[in-house]
Amino acid sequence: MSVKEIFETLEYGPAPEAADVAWAWLERHGRRFGHFIGGRFVKPVAGETFATHHPGDGTELAQAAQGDERDVAKAVKAARAALPAWRGLGGPGRARYLYALARHVQKHARLLAVLEALDNGKPIRETRDLDVPLVARHFYHHAGWAQLLDEEFADYEGVGVCAQIIPWNFPLLMLAWKVAPALAAGNTVVLKPAEFTPLTALLFAELANEVGLPAGVFNVVTGDGRTGAALVEADGIDKVAFTGSTEVGRSIRRATAGRGVKLSLELGGKSPFIVFDDADLDSAVEGVVDAIWFNQGQVCCAGSRLLVQESVAKRMEAKLIARMETLREGPSLDKGIDIGAIIAPVQLAKIERLVDQGRAEGARCYQPSWSAPKDGWYYPPTLFTEVSPAAAIAQEEIFGPVIVSLTFRTPAEAVELANDTRYGLAASVWTENVNLALDVAPKLKAGVVWVNCTNQFDAAAGFGGYRESGFGREGGREGMFEYLRPRYEARLTRYAAADLAPPAPASDLDAGLEGSQGSGGVFAPIDRTPKLYIGGKQKRPDGNYSYPVLSVAGARVGDAPLGNRKDVRDAVEAAAKSTAWTQATAHARAQVLYYVAENLAVRAPEFEERLRGLVGGTRKAAGREVEKSVDRLFAAAAYADKYDGRVHPTPMRNVTLAMNEAYDVLAVVCPDEAPLLAFVSLVAPALAMGNRVVAVPSARWPLLATDLYQVFDTSDVPGGAINIVTGVRDELAKVLAQHDAVEAMWYVGSAEGSAMVERESAGNLKATWVNAGKARDWYDDAQAAGPELLRRAVRVKNIWVPYGE
Amino acid sequence: MTISREVEAGLERAVAHASPLPRNEGTSLELDWVEGVRVNLSAVERRAATLTTRRSVKKEWQAAWLLKAVTLIDLTTLAGDDTPGRVRRLCAKAMHPVRQDLLDALGVGDLRITTGAVCVYHDMVPAAVAALRGSGVPVAAVATGFPAGLSPFETRIEEIRRSVAAGAAEIDIVISRRHALTHDWEALYEELRLFRQACGPAHMKAILATGELGTLRNVYRASLVAMMAGSDFIKTSTGKEPVNATLPVSLVMARAIREYFERTGVAVGFKPAGGLRTAKDALAWLVLMKEELGRRWLEPDLFRIGASSLLADIERQLEHHVTGRYSATYRHPLG
Repeated sequence: MSVKEIFETLEYGPAPEAADVAWAWLERHGRRFGHFIGGRFVKPVAGETFATHHPGDGTELAQAAQGDERDVAKAVKAARAALPAWRGLGGPGRARYLYALARHVQKHARLLAVLEALDNGKPIRETRDLDVPLVARHFYHHAGWAQLLDEEFADYEGVGVCAQIIPWNFPLLMLAWKVAPALAAGNTVVLKPAEFTPLTALLFAELANEVGLPAGVFNVVTGDGRTGAALVEADGIDKVAFTGSTEVGRSIRRATAGRGVKLSLELGGKSPFIVFDDADLDSAVEGVVDAIWFNQGQVCCAGSRLLVQESVAKRMEAKLIARMETLREGPSLDKGIDIGAIIAPVQLAKIERLVDQGRAEGARCYQPSWSAPKDGWYYPPTLFTEVSPAAAIAQEEIFGPVIVSLTFRTPAEAVELANDTRYGLAASVWTENVNLALDVAPKLKAGVVWVNCTNQFDAAAGFGGYRESGFGREGGREGMFEYLRPRYEARLTRYAAADLAPPAPASDLDAGLEGSQGSGGVFAPIDRTPKLYIGGKQKRPDGNYSYPVLSVAGARVGDAPLGNRKDVRDAVEAAAKSTAWTQATAHARAQVLYYVAENLAVRAPEFEERLRGLVGGTRKAAGREVEKSVDRLFAAAAYADKYDGRVHPTPMRNVTLAMNEAYDVLAVVCPDEAPLLAFVSLVAPALAMGNRVVAVPSARWPLLATDLYQVFDTSDVPGGAINIVTGVRDELAKVLAQHDAVEAMWYVGSAEGSAMVERESAGNLKATWVNAGKARDWYDDAQAAGPELLRRAVRVKNIWVPYGE
Repeated sequence: MTISREVEAGLERAVAHASPLPRNEGTSLELDWVEGVRVNLSAVERRAATLTTRRSVKKEWQAAWLLKAVTLIDLTTLAGDDTPGRVRRLCAKAMHPVRQDLLDALGVGDLRITTGAVCVYHDMVPAAVAALRGSGVPVAAVATGFPAGLSPFETRIEEIRRSVAAGAAEIDIVISRRHALTHDWEALYEELRLFRQACGPAHMKAILATGELGTLRNVYRASLVAMMAGSDFIKTSTGKEPVNATLPVSLVMARAIREYFERTGVAVGFKPAGGLRTAKDALAWLVLMKEELGRRWLEPDLFRIGASSLLADIERQLEHHVTGRYSATYRHPLG
């Protein structure tokens, strides 16, 4: 086109980014890559490879190795071998390498950006301005954590060999999110990039070699889902970190159950984008562009459900429809496009199917008048209005440039609609009213809330989900814990089998009776009937069975209600409803816990007697357990208003609030031993953080817990905050682990029970914390009190609040 | 609320032939509209920052866009030491802003490329009018106690009248910032109404002095009031404030223009002034206008750039496009 013609049309024209350096890099490798194991590229054992393509036109870029379990085993072995020396370097020693990686990423920023745009199909603007700078930032930030590890995480150590599986939507950035904290914490890594986008991980491996990262510290095994499965199932891994779909996350949860493998999952989402009537609508429209037309909408935290207040819905809709017209879609290496190609034909087909379904279900579909390029896997920006909350397009994650719009009338209704999803990754809130924003943000069930912005990421802030969007955080202090474990864990030993004997069955009515004859004293004792404690009331068990409770000497001390699955159901229901406890101020919760401690102390002699009657031992020992329990209650009360959140210094003009939030329902399954102290040690911090708790006390000696509910009753504990169901531990634990309304679960018991809880938790992907059959010293504060329990009792929500007038 | 089909169609025709648009006659002062304005600074800054990273014009496209930018410049001299001789020189430059050999090489030698206007103080208007006679390049005069706007109201009105009488086709007036700062929108509206009356046939460009308005919300509100009062253009700055045209401020004003257009069907022009010095700056603002307001707002009747040194950089870039060599300032005639 001539200058004269363009002078009239003022079109943009092509603005291609040169790709010659990236092509030269591919050619240097013969456009064929092996795995990166032990510091060098090695051929796959089976010799199988697969093609990776440029989604913009389908061109094959290179062949990468298809890994199988033998390749994986080699990589894990290399990582294991490198571990002692890497740990031995110490934090400051590792910090040098992380710093070098950050610098090297910056030095080769454009090559990385171009290669990423080629392999993924996303706009060069995004890889150049967002992905790669964030990658460098992540390594800088974590060089810092490595440096400070001994001071900031003194009681923790690295977990070991980390298996990391990352998706194709942000190939290099997800690598950074996984690899940087793992290396900083003193772990070694086997990374499996997505089969659609293996290239930048392989280039990064080369950079790692260039900075002299010791061989085996970072390994890459490429391949498809089979390779990922082999990695998850490999012997010798200590941790799995996965980002991807909820379905695969579930299968990983099951595959790692009971293996003592630490797990973090960052999964799907259907995140709400809430626009209140006092929002800056023009800015909110640009927010939608950043939410759903960023990376072609292939973003796990994409704002894909637009919730608009009715009074401005028409205006917002008109503005959005107009805005879609000016978006530009095209080749990823054009510097003037907003939307690139969809990753692969299979993904494109899924988007087309869901959009067709949306149309068929009667929603109104808007697309721009221009048509998407035909020479690659492109899909145009799409807006659905008149969508019902039940429609598939409003429920399912589309993972494409498609947003659905619903309306609401009040803030309460906005929250209700926003939370009406199995996911809980992110949310965006648009209003000029700070009261409204800060009221709504904590009510949203999402790990990240962006106020008047969206899709903001930083290494200093945690990112991760609620509900079926997964658990664990990436970034910030909270993210470091995913790659660390308390030092005491390595010292724990397994329970002896005898310690885990199940209680006598309910049918054994004679059990221990001979031992309890004639213990009535002068007056015949008045019979006491322990009950379940549900919703602040004493409840008979649903099945109306009791089981005998025997002392350590075998004498019948009493009967305990035999709770069943319906009792668990009722207890969870009561806990779910008891929002008052969570909403109470931390100070108020502290007062209640102090009061519980006070009332327990008043009744100390009674509890000591009970302990001696059950577990035997000296008066002194019983006194010590009661005293320590009172102490734990005091400690929990003390922490209630002190284990507080943080303000992360993210590099923009904003406050990023990292708030510690309670789970709606936290299940706690207690061990047999130390029946009072273990129960209190676990339940008190959970309550202190505002969780509503369903507790299964010592199955063998549940009477301490059933005595304790009288203490709760007299200590202003609101009904439903703590619920107690007695019975056979692993039966009750299984119901709890499977329960979709239980959001987190702690289990202390057998190795088999731990495995069962992890496996069964896959249904709603609750956050679990199990002891893997290892006994804990309940008198050791390091193991049974303090920050680790508090940390497990909360999930961190990061709320980004930009400011400025 | 939405743009009527008719208006859209009319605009399309206007793009094709740059046919004259109806003037903005203004509306009554709609306070609910003004006070309902919401602007989020951080979000505006984010959009402004990515406007220029989301678009890129290269090669022939860049040359054509820069040529277009030349036609949008209000070539300006507003200095205490201005003389008729200096102004005549500037006018000569306005009529021939780019060397003819470069225009020929670009294949646009037959297009009459001139700047959008020449902008001067009142006393320089006669010299400019005389120098530009027959060229089609209008003379714009700054008025109303420029730059502070604090001289007696009667003299401000009289300034406008005299400049119009002297042949200025466009009057760049300054608003009373105090009215915007105290949210006395009635007073601002009344003042601008009277200025507009005094302008008569001359087009009124209302300078909001955004660097002195404190918040982007005030900028948006003042923009609306200025348009309601009948401004033909709204303009960011006098060039004398500590902060002049910025992309965020310009984005907010462009959005106000769009909203006014959507509600009234009347297109009002925009003029950033001060701080635009490089060809890259010019492209950034052209992108902003095209993205936020559309192609039609890239014509001189709806878009001007107030600048004095910008042209020199554009000339060098155009020569670079033609020769492939980086150019030197002295190779282009002075204004």
